[in-house]
Formats: sequence, structure tokens, C-alpha cells
Amino acid sequence: MRLLKLVPDDTNIDFLKWRKLASFMSFFLVVVSIALVATKGLNLGVDFVGGQSVRVEFTQDMPPIDEIREKVGNIGLGEATIQQFGSDKAVSIRTALPEGDKSAAERAGQQLVTGIQKAFPTAKAGSVETVSGKVSGELIRTGAISLGLAIIGISIYIWIRFEWQFGVGALGRLFHEVSLTFGLFAVTQMQFDLNSVAALLTIVGYSLNDTIVVYDRIRENLKKYRKMEIVPLLNLSINETLSRTVMTTLAMLLALGVLLIFGPDVIFGFTAAMLFGVFIGGYSSVLMSTPVLVWLKVGPDSFIPRTSAGMDGGERVERKDDGAVV
Amino acid sequence: MLDFPRWKTISISIILMLGILFSIPSFLPEKTLNSLPSFLQAKVNLGLDLAGGSHLLLEADIDDLRKTQLTSMEKTVRTAMRGERGPDDDIAIGELSVAGGKISFLVRDQAQLDDARDRLFSQTQGAAMTGQRDWNIDIIDTTRIVMTPTSAGQTQAVADAMDSARDIIDKRVNDLGTREPTIIREGNDRVVVQVPGLQDPAALKELIGKTARLEFRMVDPNADPAEAAAGRVPVGSEIVPYAEGEGSGASFEVLRRQVMISGEQLINARQSYDAQSNEPVVSISFDSGGSSTFAKVTAQNVGKRFAMVLDGKVLSAPSINEPILGGTAQISGSFSVASANALAISLRSGALPVKMAVVEERTVTPELGADSIRKGAIAGIIATAAVLTLMIIVYGRFGVYANIALFFNVFLIIAIMAAFNATLTLPGIAGFVLTIGAAVDANVLINERIREELKRGRKVFQAVELGYSEASRAIFDANVTNVIAAALMFWFGSGPIKGFAVVLTIGIVTSVFTAVTVTRMFVAHWLRTKRPTSINI
Repeated sequence: MRLLKLVPDDTNIDFLKWRKLASFMSFFLVVVSIALVATKGLNLGVDFVGGQSVRVEFTQDMPPIDEIREKVGNIGLGEATIQQFGSDKAVSIRTALPEGDKSAAERAGQQLVTGIQKAFPTAKAGSVETVSGKVSGELIRTGAISLGLAIIGISIYIWIRFEWQFGVGALGRLFHEVSLTFGLFAVTQMQFDLNSVAALLTIVGYSLNDTIVVYDRIRENLKKYRKMEIVPLLNLSINETLSRTVMTTLAMLLALGVLLIFGPDVIFGFTAAMLFGVFIGGYSSVLMSTPVLVWLKVGPDSFIPRTSAGMDGGERVERKDDGAVV
Repeated sequence: MLDFPRWKTISISIILMLGILFSIPSFLPEKTLNSLPSFLQAKVNLGLDLAGGSHLLLEADIDDLRKTQLTSMEKTVRTAMRGERGPDDDIAIGELSVAGGKISFLVRDQAQLDDARDRLFSQTQGAAMTGQRDWNIDIIDTTRIVMTPTSAGQTQAVADAMDSARDIIDKRVNDLGTREPTIIREGNDRVVVQVPGLQDPAALKELIGKTARLEFRMVDPNADPAEAAAGRVPVGSEIVPYAEGEGSGASFEVLRRQVMISGEQLINARQSYDAQSNEPVVSISFDSGGSSTFAKVTAQNVGKRFAMVLDGKVLSAPSINEPILGGTAQISGSFSVASANALAISLRSGALPVKMAVVEERTVTPELGADSIRKGAIAGIIATAAVLTLMIIVYGRFGVYANIALFFNVFLIIAIMAAFNATLTLPGIAGFVLTIGAAVDANVLINERIREELKRGRKVFQAVELGYSEASRAIFDANVTNVIAAALMFWFGSGPIKGFAVVLTIGIVTSVFTAVTVTRMFVAHWLRTKRPTSINI
């Protein structure tokens, strides 16, 4: 049986030729994402703004969204935000935190469900969530803290296992991917809730899978080809790991794509965010995580044990003779 | 590479068999499960988003607790100053005020100041291991005693109140007849209640949100309704509003401040029906002290009215037609059977020491949960099949080995989750799918490396050996970063996200085992028996 080779054997693409273009693109996309979040804002779920949200499924045809909005508005809990799920018979209806004392907030969820059922007899409430303002504030804080800690913690780990330049590269890459995912949420106005934070954390963890594989190969090659210039060496490392990057990205996209299409619509946003993250991750490992190493002047020296000074000196002389200065 | 010792093969096989054995119970229905030996009964729990049910986060009203703390200390002060040995022993006090979180009063006779302080001192306690007392007692201007709760004392009071609140909520929820509720304290002032399989949490909220402080108090017969409406009431009385929907027109009653009988003197409460009207009511019986007080007071006040007050609201204020001697009474109000039952349960469990409010609620109906499981399982199976096919197309025999390892991986994850009694949530199913991706990645790394080494002209055995050893380093580093992310999710996440983090962490560990060690065993065995000179990868 002939096996499928996703990437031909002697592939040698000069990826770093595009490093300026790629970095500019990424920088541009990050700026656009931040601008989008700033102008369009995120469609925050009850987890982060408080209020009550009901998932309603219609046993018969779903009435038009405008009609739902109007009738829910009449319940007296303020204007409703209505979000459609993957399936065409279920919507999530959300209203803001009611003003007044705690007991008003306690009752509001119930009030919303009864109101909806009265307005639409064919509607079934599948899930109800109510979150008070105080709890939602805490959830925002812990969500932000865990995201920040994950990015910093992982960068530190890479710094320890590799070198500081690699840590900086990882940090930049993570910032890039997290920003772009936020951008996705701003563009699509998908609901941003606790699950989205979990998706972001997963993207952070997984996108580094790719980076580490590439960085590991760079480290190995730096030791192996001590006289090679840095740019060709980085190109070589990316090309050597390319078939693996393509294969893994493909497998992940396949698994997540299936989950997106056939999986429960309740986690549609969660899966969509991860799918996007894996896609961006594939692009990043090939084009984004190495230019930093060129600018920060990574070289064979970065991995020579600093304690063996004598050997160090010897190597340096040899390299000068060769003229291959890094 | 050929060198794969027998003991290793045996122990790996044992682990894999155990994995399959302990994952089986999670697939069995409840009935079959009960007939198994107890060590095989551990199974994966389904989260509320899959099983359906309610998650409630209750927060204590700490201000209310502080107020209660002050009120009860005020009572203690009055009792202590009254003296144990009759009127001679009394210490005369005045200008007692409870304001600004302090109790302050005047001791009329300066000579008794020290005595007064000693009596109060014996009423205060050390606050758990802090070396502080729970109250500070200061003397100001040589005539006035000021009592302030210390911060250690307040912390202690909150902790005590929360412990007993948890127990009381536990009793109430269990009394409702729900299956396997989880009730745990969270943080300083919160309690989490999780009840699986519940269709409508309204009754549950009714039940646990109620403080259930019951008081029987006399209606002040001397109060003039017109004066009372203007807010003027006789000394020793106060205005107490009717509960919503009660009082048939009247909005309040003027009640004596003194409490005749309180809920603490109940020994039983149950829902029943009124003999005449057939309306749902709550029948209560008092303990012996309560019974005799009730008998005495009702005998003295025939023809007058008393009020049943629940959580500071009047439920009803019936007339006393004759002395009530049996130690039982009926609480009437506009109850439904369900609300009367809820009140009976609340009264039986005792009053909550502090007001609790629901600050977060998440309810999923069992139907939606079942739908999610079904769709999640279908998607999981299709996703796995797709990935397995891809692996075989790309890596042939080595892909088959990776797939067998993946199959074991799934069972191992389930077995470990069952052993830890971990909870599978909806994001957890997504975590499962992701783990499959991660496991595959490890094999991709190894197989690609073997291809590379072969291309460089290495012999089969050497290429395979190098493939495993060189790829392992990257696999290890990559998985540590994932564990960092998962650990943070577990620490900071709540509910469903925790479930996701659990699956991810377990999956990362097991996938390294199956994808590296287990496939290595297969490959070693194959190389040893067939000794191929070239491999197709």
C-alpha cells in the first residue's frame, strides 16, 4: 500500500523570506482585532454582565426573531438580547440584571421563563441561567487572571526549557493568537462567556504544542549545524517539521470540524473558537514564531553551557576562522 | 528498540486491562451496576449540563448576620445584668444603644462597673486560636461600657454561621427527596447547592432561600389603628407588615416585641389540611417548654389575638378561642400544598442563622442534557473515526498501532475519571475530542521522525529507536504547557470548565502513556518477530 505523504519529501520553502510580510500581517490583524473589540465590543453572556438567560426550544416553527424580541420586551425585564444557536429551532434569550434588591434578581429568572411560556405556548425552556452582578464581576476577574497567568506561565516555562529569546517568541505568539480570537468574537458577535475563556486557554495551550515542536527542532539543529547561518537554519527547521505541523493541524481541524457540525449546539461557540485557534496556530508555527528569533539574535551560543568556558573560547575562534559570524 | 523487557510488556498489559475493566461500569445502567462488587461500582459522574439539574450559588447576607449578632449580645447583656441571685444582685443600667456596630450602655452605680465588666467577660469567648476574644469590652468615661465585636470574632461568627447554614440547607434539600444533592461551602460566605435531575428549581429556591425564623407573638390590643398607621405605637410594640398576599386587606399588625414562642421550640412540622376549610396548612408541635408556655399564654389571653410571624412578616393573626393545651398548632396562610410542604421542611430543619440569597443559578432540563449527550457522543464517534482513517492513510501499519493505542486511551481516561469520581461535563466531551487530537499528535511526531531518519539512510531499527527518543523530548515539553493551561482552568474555572480541565489533564497524561509507551511496545514486538529490512511509513 502506498501511503499518503501530505508534504513531499524534499520540500524546502523559504518561509523566512516572508517574515517581514507575515509579521506586518499579524501586527495588522492584531491591531484590527483590538480595534474591533473596542468599537463593536464583545457580546458578553450573563456570566460576565449578570442577568438572566434562557435557552428556548420551539416544538413547532420558530417565530421571527423580531416578534420574540418584542414579546419578551413586554415581560417587563427590559430589552432582550436574542441569539440563535446552530439549530434553527432554538434561541437564547437574555435580559439585563433587574434593578432593585437581591430578591428582584432572584425572581427575574422565573419571571422570564413564565413570561416566555405565556407568550409562546410552543416554547420549551431548556436551560435557565441567572447570575448576579457581584458574581459576574468575580467571574470576569478570575477569567482574566487565569488567561494572563496561562500566557505568562507558559512563556516562563519555555524560557526555562529553552532560552529567553524563545520565551519572548512564545509570548508574542500567544498575544497574537489571543487577540485574534477576541477579534473573532467581536466580528461574529458570538456570545462570550465562561466557555469562551476555556476555549481561549485551550488555544493558548495547544498553539504552543506547535511552537515547541518547531523550537525543539531549532535547538537540535543549532547544536548539530553550528556553522550554519541562522536564517537558513530556521528555514530548515520549519521545513523538517512541516509535515508534522500539517498532519496534526489537519487531524485537529477534522476532529473539531466534526464536533462543530454534529456536536451539541450548546457548545457551538466554544468549538468554533477552538477551530479558529487551531487554524491560526498552524499559520503561526510556520510564519510567526521564528522571525522573533532572528531579531533577538539566537545563535549556537545560546545553547552552549556557560560553565565550560574553555571549550567556549575554542569554538568561538573556530567560528571566526570560518567567517560564519552570527 | 528490540529490547523491550518482558516485565514491561506484562505491566503495560495489566494497566490496559485494568483500564478497560474500570471503564465498563460507566457504560452500564444503574440496575446492572448495583449487582456488581463494590470496587467496580465507581463510575463517571455526569455534570448538571448533561444530567440536567440545578446549580445554585447562595450568598450569606453578612450585614444581617452582624445585626443578629448584636441583637443577641444585647439580650445577653440584659440577662447578665439582671443577676442570678435575685433583685439584690441586679446591676442597674441605662441608655443602652446598639448603633454603629457597637453596644453601649451606662452603668448607674460606678462601684458596680468592674462587676458588670466581669459578668460580660464571662459571656465572651476566645475566637478560634487567634488569641483574641470575640468581643472587646471597653470602659469609657468611667461610667459607660462599650462592646465591639473583634474582627477575629466576626470571622469566627461567619464561619460558624456558614457551617450551620450548610447543614441546615443539606437537611432541607434531602428532605425534599432529591437524589444525590451536593451541598458544599465555598469561600467565606457562600454555599453551592447542586441537585441533579431536577426539572424546576422554583421549589428548591423557595426551600433554601427562606430563613424560616418563626415567632409567635401577641397582637397589641391597645394599639390604635389610626395612630399605628401614622407610625405611632405603644411602648414595647412594633409594626410588623403582612407577608405578600396575606392579611386580607390589612397591611400590618401591631405586635408586642416580646416573642412568646420561637421556631427553636418546635419538635415537628408537617404539611396537613385544615379540618374545616380543607386548605393546606402546616401543623407544628412544640417541645415541652414550648407547650407549657403556649398553654399558659393562650389561657391568659382568651379572646385576644396572636400572630404567626415568619422571617419578619405576619402570616396570620388568629383569635385565641380557648386555651391551647396539646402543644400543637396550625400555621395557616394562603398556602399551596407545595409551599406548605416547603415551609414544613424549613421549619423542621431549623432557621438559617443568616439570610441567604441566590446569586447564581444554572438549570438545565434533563431533556436538553440527554440531547447534548447524544449529539456529543455521535460527534465524538465520527470525529474519532475520521482521525483514525487519516492516520491509517498516512502512516499505514504505524497508524494502526497509533489507533489501537488511541482506543486504549479512551478507556483509560474513563477509568481514571471513574476512579476519582470525576464529573463529565459538556465542555468535557469537547475535551475528549481534543485529547484524541493530542494523542494523535504524539504519534505524528514519532512517525514523522522515523520517516526522517529513514530518509537520512539509517537502518530500520536505528530509525525507529531514534524516532521515539528524539520525538519524546518535544512531546514532553508540549504536554507540560497544556497541563499548565489545564491546571489554571481547574483552579479558576467553575463547574463546566473544571470538568473540561479534568478531562484535558487526565487525557494528556494517558495519551503520553498510550501514544509513546504502548505503541512502542507494539512496534518492538513487531520488529522482533518479523525483523523487516525496510518499513513502509
